[in-house]
Amino acid sequence: MSARRIIAVLLENEAGALSRIVGLFAQRNYNIETLTVAPTEDETLSRLTLTTFGDENTIEQITKQLNKLIEVFKVVDLTEGDHLEREIMMVKVRAEGARRPEVKRTADIFRGQIIDVTDNAYTVQLTGPSEKLDAFLRAVDESTVIEAVRSGVSGIGRGDKILSL
Amino acid sequence: MAEMLSGADMLIRALQDEGVEYLFGYPGGASLHIYDAIFKQQKVEHVLVRHEQAATHMADGYARATGQPGVVLVTSGPGATNAITGIATAHMDSTPIVVISGQVPNPQIGTDAFQETDMVGISRPVVKHSFLIREASQIPEVVKRAFYIATTGRPGPVVIDVPKDSTDPNETFEYRYPRKVALRSYNPTLRGHSGQIRKAVRALLAAKRPVIYTGGGVVQGNASADLRELVDRLDYPVTNTLMGLGGFPGTDRRFLGMLGMHGTFEANMAMHHADVIFAVGARFDDRVTNNPDKFCPDATIVHLDVDPASISKIIRADIPIVGPAAAVLREMNQVLESSLDRNPDAIDRDAMADWWNRIRRWRSKHGLDHDQRHRGDSPLLPQQVVQAVYRATSGDAYVTSDVGQHQMFAAQYYKFDEPRRWINSGGLGTMGFGLPAAMGVQFAYPDATVVCITGEGSFMMNMQELSTCMQYALPVKIINLNNAALGMVKQWQDMQYGGRLSHSTYRDALPDFVDLAGSFGHAGFRASSVTELDEVMSEVFSPAYKDKLVFVDACIDPEEHVYPMAIKGGAMDDMVLERQPARA
Ligand SMILES: Cc1ncc(C[n+]2csc(CCOP(=O)(O)OP(=O)(O)O)c2C)c(N)n1
Ligand SMILES: [Mg+2]
Repeated sequence: MSARRIIAVLLENEAGALSRIVGLFAQRNYNIETLTVAPTEDETLSRLTLTTFGDENTIEQITKQLNKLIEVFKVVDLTEGDHLEREIMMVKVRAEGARRPEVKRTADIFRGQIIDVTDNAYTVQLTGPSEKLDAFLRAVDESTVIEAVRSGVSGIGRGDKILSL
Repeated sequence: MAEMLSGADMLIRALQDEGVEYLFGYPGGASLHIYDAIFKQQKVEHVLVRHEQAATHMADGYARATGQPGVVLVTSGPGATNAITGIATAHMDSTPIVVISGQVPNPQIGTDAFQETDMVGISRPVVKHSFLIREASQIPEVVKRAFYIATTGRPGPVVIDVPKDSTDPNETFEYRYPRKVALRSYNPTLRGHSGQIRKAVRALLAAKRPVIYTGGGVVQGNASADLRELVDRLDYPVTNTLMGLGGFPGTDRRFLGMLGMHGTFEANMAMHHADVIFAVGARFDDRVTNNPDKFCPDATIVHLDVDPASISKIIRADIPIVGPAAAVLREMNQVLESSLDRNPDAIDRDAMADWWNRIRRWRSKHGLDHDQRHRGDSPLLPQQVVQAVYRATSGDAYVTSDVGQHQMFAAQYYKFDEPRRWINSGGLGTMGFGLPAAMGVQFAYPDATVVCITGEGSFMMNMQELSTCMQYALPVKIINLNNAALGMVKQWQDMQYGGRLSHSTYRDALPDFVDLAGSFGHAGFRASSVTELDEVMSEVFSPAYKDKLVFVDACIDPEEHVYPMAIKGGAMDDMVLERQPARA
């Protein structure tokens, strides 16, 4: 059964390491929905979160192939256990006339913040699981969205579970 | 006080410290400092090839025959790109080679400088790992890591891209070669999981129709002796993949021959009807399994491999074991010994007798000699040529091959009793591999008989190396199964495209190979009949030609096909066994 998965990877913070991961996905025909990467508190390491779709076998292969890369330390499929996921979005929404208070109200409901204002638009910042961001876009009516930028998913295990060396 | 050396000197010194004997290479602008460092020393012998692809195959052949890493040096740009086919070949067959490529100076990287190519990028999908030198001081550490990565775990090619400025002769550094290497993110498995090993032994003992199916991992993992021991305990049938030939003795009574697309009838039938399959260092390649959905329906799969990603990739393993073949087989042998000591009847002898009887029936229905319709003295059949080579070399040669029908005939008819004797490009299927690979073997073992069984198409892909053979006096014996066609392509066209031979023949444009060999300074012979063949063979392998390269142009029946052949989309027991009458 094909499902969305969030995979977290701890890797050496070295030039070229990221391209091996991206290359692996292209080469083996695995899909990448979102991908984020940044150095960790230990700056010799980077942490990467990616979301992908696949059945059990595909995900098993993805994990194994990632683990085979020399610069990769650890790979965890966060979706296998309790976890938190967050994505940040900044979205410019047309806000003129009667729509102006409505956009504001919708942003409030989604606990968004308006971080920039012009005469005819608001820029709203939203944080949450990807579904929440999708829901906001539907709620404001996608035809009023001028521009949206999303960070891609970051994930972390709940409780004591940690991903470290 | 540590010695002060330039980057170029450090590089060559590091190779010396790794114990490298040969460096297969070809110079150019970006590698000139390195070549000057080579000139100033004697320990590492540089071999000047005629094409960089051939250098990689030589290093690969050397590595396959010896188990030691082969080393290549190419220049930037075209030198580097020419090496790619050989790197991909080594990658697919998991052989340890280290490829050093020159690169434009660091400050020029990314500017489309003369002979610049992104070698790390272009080789990325076909290497085990790669390095780009940013500073000369990294050179000793990177070389150490490169050899370590290439040779441990599942072996593979490693690229070191060396920008010219990091080899500048005017800048020197303290040279110290690291004694040890530890990579925090790379820890190959050294032994198998004991619980899984016990489970595997139980499954093997409970089997009524077992087959042991072994691949290149047994050869590369130096596990042949342990495998023999296991088979001596169990007395179970063994089949080898194309890459695994020699991992188990080809003349052993328990050997079923090669399996897969052109495997023997009995090997494929036994696989299909097995209740337990023990895969060792094999990866369920599509050329073995045929249609994975129809693969061996009744079999419990026990799969041992050093690479966890090979397990359950194509066929789900019921009992996976990750670990080096030799270490795990050794442990299995211990467990097996105590199990059999405790209960000598742990193996169902009656079931095994039945199983062997079935296998014998398959064997007699279609042994490999079936199709040698004796059509008199000529035309010469390719099978007869391989058998003649086998006899003339007492089965004791190193045999390299190329890709095509000749490769399959060589694999079917030359019986390898030892590992590392059969050397071919099984994974990538690289035409042009055979001659340079044979040269690499001959460098490693100057006194050994090294035979390259090739086809005229494949041979012409790297025949420039005849000149290198002359320069280094390499007495390789080349057996050209000349069917004046891209035979394997033609076979598919005969069988599946109504005999429409689209661009698989040369329309009388082939050279006279005997003259060709002569023009490079070598000896050439031609054989077109069994009688001629016998005469030629007794000459070629006589002491008179011990030190000479000999090219034998064996003009064979161009209509011969390789059988058995798997039926596309079928199970392992779906095979075409002989030429079908032409359809209207
Ligand atoms: C570099 C490369 N190009 C194309 C192929 C596809 N191919 C596989 S076998 C074959 C024909 C080989 O001809 P020859 O070497 O004469 O061998 P034969 O089959 O005639 O014995 C070809 C073209 C290949 N394997 N490698
Ligand atoms: Mg041919």
